[in-house]
Amino acid sequence: MNLSLLILIPSLTVLALLVTRNRSQVCWLSFIGSLVQIGLALALYFAFTKERAAGNSSQMLFEQTHELFRTLHIRLHFGVDGISVAMILLTSLVVAAGVLVSWKIEKMTKEFYFLLILLSLGAYGFFISLDLFVLFFFLEISVIPKYLFIGIWGSGKKQYSANKLALMLMSGSALILVGILGLYFTCGNDFDILHLSQATIPDNVQYIIFPLIFLGFGVFTALFPLHTWVPDGHSSAPTAGSMFLAGISMKLGGYGCLRVAIYLLPNGATHYATIILVLSAIAILYGAFVTMMQKDLKYINAYSSVSHVGFTLLGMGMLTQTAIVGSVMQMVSHGLMTALFFAVIGMIYDRTHTRMVNEMGGLMKVMPFISTALFIVGLCSLGLPGFSGFVAEVTILVGSWQNNDLFHRTATVAAAASIVVTAVYILRAIGQTVMGPIRNKSFEGLRDAAWNEKLAAIILIAGILTIGLMPGWLYQLLQPAAEIITSRLGLGIK
Amino acid sequence: MKDFLLLMKPELQLTLILFLLVFVKLGRGIKNDLLLQLIQVLLLFNFVLGFFLNRNGHLFGDLYQSTSLFIFEKNILNLSAYLVSLVCADWLRKSQNLPEFFLLMVSSMLGMFLMISSGNLLIFYLSLELSSIPVAAMVNFDLLKRKSSEAAMKLILSSAFSSGVLLFGISLLYGSTGTISFSEIPARLNGNTLQVLAFILIFCAFAFKLSIVPFHLWTADVYEGAPIAATSFLSVASKGAFAFVFMGFLYKTFLPLGDIWYGMLVLLTLCTLLIGNLFALRQQNIKRFLAFSSIAQVGFILLGVSGGAPLGSPSVVYFILIYVFSNLAAFGVASVISEQTGKENIDDYNGLYKTNPFLSWVLTLALFSLAGIPPTAGFFGKLFLITAGASKGNYGFILTGALNLVISLYYYLRIVRAIFFEKNDVTPLKNIHVSVSVRFGLIICSGGVLLTGLFSWIYDYIQSLH
Repeated sequence: MNLSLLILIPSLTVLALLVTRNRSQVCWLSFIGSLVQIGLALALYFAFTKERAAGNSSQMLFEQTHELFRTLHIRLHFGVDGISVAMILLTSLVVAAGVLVSWKIEKMTKEFYFLLILLSLGAYGFFISLDLFVLFFFLEISVIPKYLFIGIWGSGKKQYSANKLALMLMSGSALILVGILGLYFTCGNDFDILHLSQATIPDNVQYIIFPLIFLGFGVFTALFPLHTWVPDGHSSAPTAGSMFLAGISMKLGGYGCLRVAIYLLPNGATHYATIILVLSAIAILYGAFVTMMQKDLKYINAYSSVSHVGFTLLGMGMLTQTAIVGSVMQMVSHGLMTALFFAVIGMIYDRTHTRMVNEMGGLMKVMPFISTALFIVGLCSLGLPGFSGFVAEVTILVGSWQNNDLFHRTATVAAAASIVVTAVYILRAIGQTVMGPIRNKSFEGLRDAAWNEKLAAIILIAGILTIGLMPGWLYQLLQPAAEIITSRLGLGIK
Repeated sequence: MKDFLLLMKPELQLTLILFLLVFVKLGRGIKNDLLLQLIQVLLLFNFVLGFFLNRNGHLFGDLYQSTSLFIFEKNILNLSAYLVSLVCADWLRKSQNLPEFFLLMVSSMLGMFLMISSGNLLIFYLSLELSSIPVAAMVNFDLLKRKSSEAAMKLILSSAFSSGVLLFGISLLYGSTGTISFSEIPARLNGNTLQVLAFILIFCAFAFKLSIVPFHLWTADVYEGAPIAATSFLSVASKGAFAFVFMGFLYKTFLPLGDIWYGMLVLLTLCTLLIGNLFALRQQNIKRFLAFSSIAQVGFILLGVSGGAPLGSPSVVYFILIYVFSNLAAFGVASVISEQTGKENIDDYNGLYKTNPFLSWVLTLALFSLAGIPPTAGFFGKLFLITAGASKGNYGFILTGALNLVISLYYYLRIVRAIFFEKNDVTPLKNIHVSVSVRFGLIICSGGVLLTGLFSWIYDYIQSLH
């Protein structure tokens, strides 16, 4: 499996988009491009499991290296482990769904899809890069398209949100950059993750660099209290923009925290684990309670994302193998779930022209498909068994419980308690939206989902159910990679 | 004789162009259109020829030196001159005194070339004057506009002042070391007070030329008052040339005073970054805006310079190459718009994308490159500067520099926002006709902005030069 295909296909799609003539060409081209991406991601998964089954146990598979800036030792070094494969699968599904739900975009269609595919290019590049410089390059690629997304196609106070998002993410990048340069000069001018993992980094250096990198990626993944761009950004962005933002972009941060901060700086991670746990426990509870007060569906999902992503960081902060596996599972699960949630909100908004929960009601009668999808995503979000959310959160909590001191137990219990709150706000919001009588007469003539919207929802639901009903494959995919990360932590807990 | 011809080839080429222009001027009767094309072709030839038949060595004792790095730097300047002649073609074509403009520009470049190659303080000072005085005349080129004359006056007065300071520094240096040759100075530097004073004075002269804060006060007024063709030349070529020479001074001549200049650089870098960025935030006029943005860019260049020779030198040269493309693209678009509509305010750019998609994309790419957003080359340029700066291990300093990237992003995005985001009560500018040569120039600039970073061998090539 040639990993550069993952970069090549989106690049070709983007270039081909430049010469398209009309809207339908643009849409179809992007759709075909995103289908090829799904195909590639699946092929990658099967090739990966086949290699592993054949006994290839090297840390990264399908590695390839090209010299880039020879004198600075910057190389295009690609390679994947289980975590990257899972993230690539997630990206391909969300991008395809994003392309499908944006089918009706009238304004600057070509530019819209151009940016969307460019974003996916950045995400793939990020997940396969093993060179910190190139990884940073791809991370940065994904900032500005989001800014334009929100600013051009967004709604509400879009200028404010777009600025806030771009500036906060860039500040995060600045922190990451300084951290990366610190690693580069401490370890003999090298950006390669695999080389850096061999180097011995003195503890005092780790204590300085770890917070820089973790906070930097923390901005991307909405680490409390750096999460403030999330609600504004999500609610102002167009549907596909929110899907990408919550589904993939926040995962770039989580992946970075894991792969760069925790993996390369294990002593820094153990040193600061307490702070991470406190912050993520606050995020989980705070996010959940704030969500209860929201009336706008997009804000509900945005704040609940803060809470759910808190679980990811909680899992990482627990530093046990099971918890880390769970936290990657949560990333995948939350990516699919939140993308579907935003897609459904977008479909509802397109028809009813409102996102306020109290103005809706009885939507099940006029649009059964969309309402069912909303139900599924709600149940997944509150962690009902059978859906991916349950699998991920239980794995994290089990992993957390393995730390048997009072502090970790308290954090675990607090996090687990939030699930109750989640149930409250999800059931209330969805109940008011889809159940009961139709409150607004003008809703009676609304039509159910079109083919493209149905397909988008089905793609994401398929992902959620595949993880929810048979989580084994995902666990097996992630476990060896998580083992490598935790084996460096020297804590001795499996 | 052959040595002389080959070693001084870049200068001789320029002299040849100067003579040709004088003859053209005497001849009269040639239309501006044709003349401009002729000059563009000449400058293109000049640029292309710059790559061939080069030789390293020195002439007239140590008076003149040529190395492959110097030749590359001169090629960058040649490129910028050619691009200026392309992107500012609309304004130039209408100018009454077209040949004079290029006479001044080429003589200023001749001064820069000699300055880059200079081997002692005397020839350095002479060539510095040759490079600055024509620029003042170029700034005054809008003869009928008061602002233009005012800008020229400001430039020439402060320029004269800085020359005075420089001469004072040079004489002190000569007094304490007894030599004016660059190669002999380092051995005779022992760090006594007189030498430090001399160094500080010379440093101030450079600070003035590079518009390093607090010597930047002339910049915004001159940029705003001057015709855009002159501004773009000033901001790119003049800045570039002085940055090249500045590095030579710090890394070779004043290397024994390394500790002193590192401290000074750190302080001035922080001032330059902060002041440049903060003042750029609230500018309305696009030229003033670009002036402050270029001050901030100089801050980043200084950040790279502070890293010392092995990483600093290639990263600065590489950044300036990228800066030529991005800044000229930005100035080119501003020039076209100002020439055809007379509008120079950022608010006038509201909704530009609807009517002028080509110009909008070029300007956006240029601004992204200036802000250091991938995949534009500016990302690589900025990052390598910061990397070079970080090699000294001064992380608080680097973090401040990196956070300044965020501030600068804010104001670059201000223009992007004006171009792309909708406002209801605004009628965008009319569709602007972009002539062939301007279009060509802008395409070259955008190509440079997109590809310089991805063609990584360019950096490796610069690194290999000495």
